[in-house]
Amino acid sequence: MEIDPFIFRLSIFILSIFIGYYVVWSVTPSLHTPLMSVTNAISSVIIVGAIIAALASSQGKIFETANIFGYLAIVLAAVNIFGGFLVTQRMLAMYKKKKKDKK
Amino acid sequence: MISANILAIFYLISGVLFILALRGLSSPETSRQGNLFGIIGMAIAIGVTIISAGNFSIGFIYLLVFLLIGGSIGAFIAFKIPMTAMPELVAGFHSLVGLAAVFVAISAFLNPEVFNLGSPGNIKIASLIEMSLGAAIGAITFTGSIIAFLKLRGIMSGSPITFFGQHYLNLALGLILIGLIFYLCKTQLNTLFWTIIAVSFLVGILLIIPIGGADMPVVISMLNSYSGWAAAGIGFTLENTALIITGALVGSSGAILSYIMCKGMNRSFFNVILGGWGATEESSKSLSKEQKPVKSGNADDAAFLMKNASSVIIVPGYGMAVAQAQHALREMVDALKKNGVKVTYAIHPVAGRMPGHMNVLLAEANVPYDEVFELEEINNDFANCDVAYVIGANDVTNPIAKTDPQSPIYGMPILDVEKSKSVLFVKRSLSPGYAGIDNDLFYRDNTLMLFADAKKMTEDIIKNL
Repeated sequence: MEIDPFIFRLSIFILSIFIGYYVVWSVTPSLHTPLMSVTNAISSVIIVGAIIAALASSQGKIFETANIFGYLAIVLAAVNIFGGFLVTQRMLAMYKKKKKDKK
Repeated sequence: MISANILAIFYLISGVLFILALRGLSSPETSRQGNLFGIIGMAIAIGVTIISAGNFSIGFIYLLVFLLIGGSIGAFIAFKIPMTAMPELVAGFHSLVGLAAVFVAISAFLNPEVFNLGSPGNIKIASLIEMSLGAAIGAITFTGSIIAFLKLRGIMSGSPITFFGQHYLNLALGLILIGLIFYLCKTQLNTLFWTIIAVSFLVGILLIIPIGGADMPVVISMLNSYSGWAAAGIGFTLENTALIITGALVGSSGAILSYIMCKGMNRSFFNVILGGWGATEESSKSLSKEQKPVKSGNADDAAFLMKNASSVIIVPGYGMAVAQAQHALREMVDALKKNGVKVTYAIHPVAGRMPGHMNVLLAEANVPYDEVFELEEINNDFANCDVAYVIGANDVTNPIAKTDPQSPIYGMPILDVEKSKSVLFVKRSLSPGYAGIDNDLFYRDNTLMLFADAKKMTEDIIKNL
């Protein structure tokens, strides 16, 4: 009997939860705020669904309701992607070590 | 056009890059590289999706336009936002992820052929469950984050809003949601799908309004987790590996942060989520309100104490963020260091309004991160320290958490500030902290209260150093 592809996706999902668990525990507490902003940015990869929805054209019509929701989702996700990564970058640039020349 | 298999490999690569992005955050040195991995992963995912759609018509141009609109808004916010507003920003961003998930689910429901899910009115049952779960969690994340945003921004009062039968109402709505999803699978009716989204919007609001302002670290982490599960739900619908991996990562990340925050307050997750905390302590508060002697001082006294100390530990809290005192604080520390005083910072896990809030503010003020320590790392040092400078923190220093089993914060890990030779406590008045309990520390012999705004007091101390 063939295995339903859903099971493979479920396996990926469960294993990723475990990866997430171990990776996030190793994040240093002082970087918890950047962690939140970066997870926020990467969860906006949901934009791939939005792109597919937006570009889907049925009978040459490009502004069906489904497309419009796709475009709206693109805008929202894009705000997050750019905002999330850039603000993370900005925060991380501020974390500096003690300078050598200090006593 | 690229084949579905190659496409899947690229999504897998994005997923791996996202894992590396989080892995990089294990230390500040590797974190910037990690963020770069995240950006590359995102670029790959977006790039291959556009190429695979193979539609370079007018729709493609609209896509770029919308991408640019969103991108410039995001970039503008990212560069303009002050670091003290980070909790609101993160809450606001969560709401966008949630709403985007709802929109994608709606598109998939209205036009299932594009995603190979069947035809309208005849969508595969599994996909229907996945997309309605994705939409429901996304909708809860959206309205929940909006409420969190309003509370953090101060537009809405931070005090919990509770009413009779609240939890039963939430429970009933939860059951209704499950029932609606069940009937949606049976009937495939459009109206049921819209109802699910509407009910979920309502649930999101009801879930967050009873939670008080200082519990926001837990709420933000929890909403972070929800946004991940919503993405994962959509990932299953779209059969997209990158989304499934990311959803799982973000979901577990938020869950772990919520756990750490709850542990930092010694409260169970449900205790926080059910909310209403901090509003019921009126009686015990008024009882202990009899006049106890308090020693108060001015900037001159504080400067004198600290100048002659050999080690000082700074304990920042939410009050520092409100007063925007981090830069002044850093100047004060510089002046102290010139006098040969050893200065370190102690940060409680729940200080501030989101995980790591204080660390970011100190980093903004150019405090080197190797002078900043977490509770477990530094707590033993208080016994050997001459002065503890408490600025904007309160409950996290209250020794009652160790001594009085009746106290609502009993068992909460606290910074052992009272063990240092003298304590300087910057506070505007003697009013109790968020938990509504009096801080025993105010009345100790070794405590000197500095009644002023955190920033102003710190600046005055600098003048006297």
